[in-house]
Amino acid sequence: MDQLLQFVFSGLTVGAVYALVALGFTLIYNASDVINFAQGEFVMLGGMVTVFAHAAGVPLPLAALLAIVVAVATGLAVHRFAIEPARGANAVTLIIITIGASILIRGLAQIMFDKQFHRFPAFSGEDPIAVLGASILPQSLWVLGGAAVIVAALWLFMERTLLGKAVRATAANRLAARLVGIDTTLVLALAFGVSGAIGALAGILVTPITLTSVTVGTLLALKGFAAAMLGGIGNPVGAVAGGLVLGLLEALAAGFLSSTYKDAVAFVVIIAVLFVLPQGLFGKRAVERV
Amino acid sequence: MRVSARHATLLLFLAAFAALPLLLPSSFHLRVATLVWIQALAAVGLNLLMGLAGQVSLGHAGFFGIGAYAVALGPRHLGLDPLLSALAGLVLSGLLALLVGRPILRLRGHYLAVATLGLGILVWLVLNSEVALTGGPDGIQVPRLVLFGWRVAGAETWYWITGAVLLLGVWLALNLEDSPLGRALRALHDSEVAARVAGIDVARSKLVVFVMAAIYAALAGSLLGLFNRFVTPQVADFLHSIELVTMVVIGGMGSTLGAIVGAAILTVLPQALTVFHDYEHAVLGLMIILFMIFLRQGIVPGLAALLPRRAVA
Repeated sequence: MDQLLQFVFSGLTVGAVYALVALGFTLIYNASDVINFAQGEFVMLGGMVTVFAHAAGVPLPLAALLAIVVAVATGLAVHRFAIEPARGANAVTLIIITIGASILIRGLAQIMFDKQFHRFPAFSGEDPIAVLGASILPQSLWVLGGAAVIVAALWLFMERTLLGKAVRATAANRLAARLVGIDTTLVLALAFGVSGAIGALAGILVTPITLTSVTVGTLLALKGFAAAMLGGIGNPVGAVAGGLVLGLLEALAAGFLSSTYKDAVAFVVIIAVLFVLPQGLFGKRAVERV
Repeated sequence: MRVSARHATLLLFLAAFAALPLLLPSSFHLRVATLVWIQALAAVGLNLLMGLAGQVSLGHAGFFGIGAYAVALGPRHLGLDPLLSALAGLVLSGLLALLVGRPILRLRGHYLAVATLGLGILVWLVLNSEVALTGGPDGIQVPRLVLFGWRVAGAETWYWITGAVLLLGVWLALNLEDSPLGRALRALHDSEVAARVAGIDVARSKLVVFVMAAIYAALAGSLLGLFNRFVTPQVADFLHSIELVTMVVIGGMGSTLGAIVGAAILTVLPQALTVFHDYEHAVLGLMIILFMIFLRQGIVPGLAALLPRRAVA
């Protein structure tokens, strides 16, 4: 029983990271139908920039802030220099562009940083807290709390601000949004910037637990994408739920089946979702007009 | 009128195929050319799927990997002849494509890209993790190919063998484009509804070409294994899948010659850039973005558009 609880804790922690990556996918997808495979690189940048700034003597909070700024700038650059010039291209072209962008970002990071695994100290100590026979790292609470705050802030932004409403209007109907005077290009740039910030925050929160290196982005992007698929792509609630479910499944599979194939869970989930319910858990049945 | 473009493709390829051994100064260059033919074979197959049917496979290296490991594992664990092992690899790839493609290709949209993405990584994970069976990340030896007592060896021999297989693959692909299936695929690429109304079994047509593309990739993988006499899980990894897609896209989707040109660029460039080894990824990423933005239709169709109309149209 305590073993199960232990797996649930670690699953939710990792799941929160997948949820944030999936949320980043969802934001950009809703603003443009682009599936941004560079999403994982934002997480990588969040961790790596913080590590290197911290190692260079910058205090941790400032290093983290710097990492967020770098990731946001990268997100905006991807939009400005890779997505915007290819406006009007078909979905496949845009997907390949974002994959190209992720390879480029990783390549540049490899030159600037190194290929080692890194971490920085946890925010409030490394001593595990005992809960009902299982133990939980204080940093796990930071990850879960941080993810909750990010999701809540994003929800408030979407529901309560004019800009957030513009984003939702663009997601609902891009042409109609443009007709009422919404600058959809600005909305998409905003989506890339916010996705960069969310990804970086996820990377900063989770690095003391899972460590980071320049290569972590690919797998995170693919798993975040699996989470978004599971929840029904384009649905923010689904993205968060999908991320948590995926994290739990992964932790349980690692604990009870095989730790070697823990990474396989996400991809089995992708294929299973496509076979059984292509709309995902929360997706609406899309009707394509001819 | 398409016939002339088809003949041009075959002629251009034959000319390059025959002339290269005379022009290339060393066996190193012949080895690189051999690698080009092998990658091109996979790209030509993938181009059928992407160019004709408009579907994308983001896990094509998985099928490539199955072919490559078939010639390593068949002889070692089952005592099979390498050639028979390669055949088993082709059948296995085709069956896997059939199994995954059947339910997925009934859906509309780019679900195949997503499913193959998962499938490719699963294949890579198995090859990478089953150390006792596959040798794990360190890779595994492939026995030498012996055909009727003839030990196949030497850069030039492999150059001719792989080129001849590619020639066969190109010829088949060009014929397919002009077959009823090829026309059906082009029709459903334009509009699935219109194709269905015209009596085309959309799901089945897409499935057939997906299975074909998987078999092309597996054959290329087997050739690479036999040629290098060593395989590592890298042949099946996500980056290789992306490279294959990139070959098709920068060469020009829908152009068989383009697939070969794309394969040549992506194979030769890293060899030429070994001095800048650290920058290889950055350059690849940048190239993908630039080609997608500035030469969206690809090199071969882009150049063909510059030629006088009558010569190509």
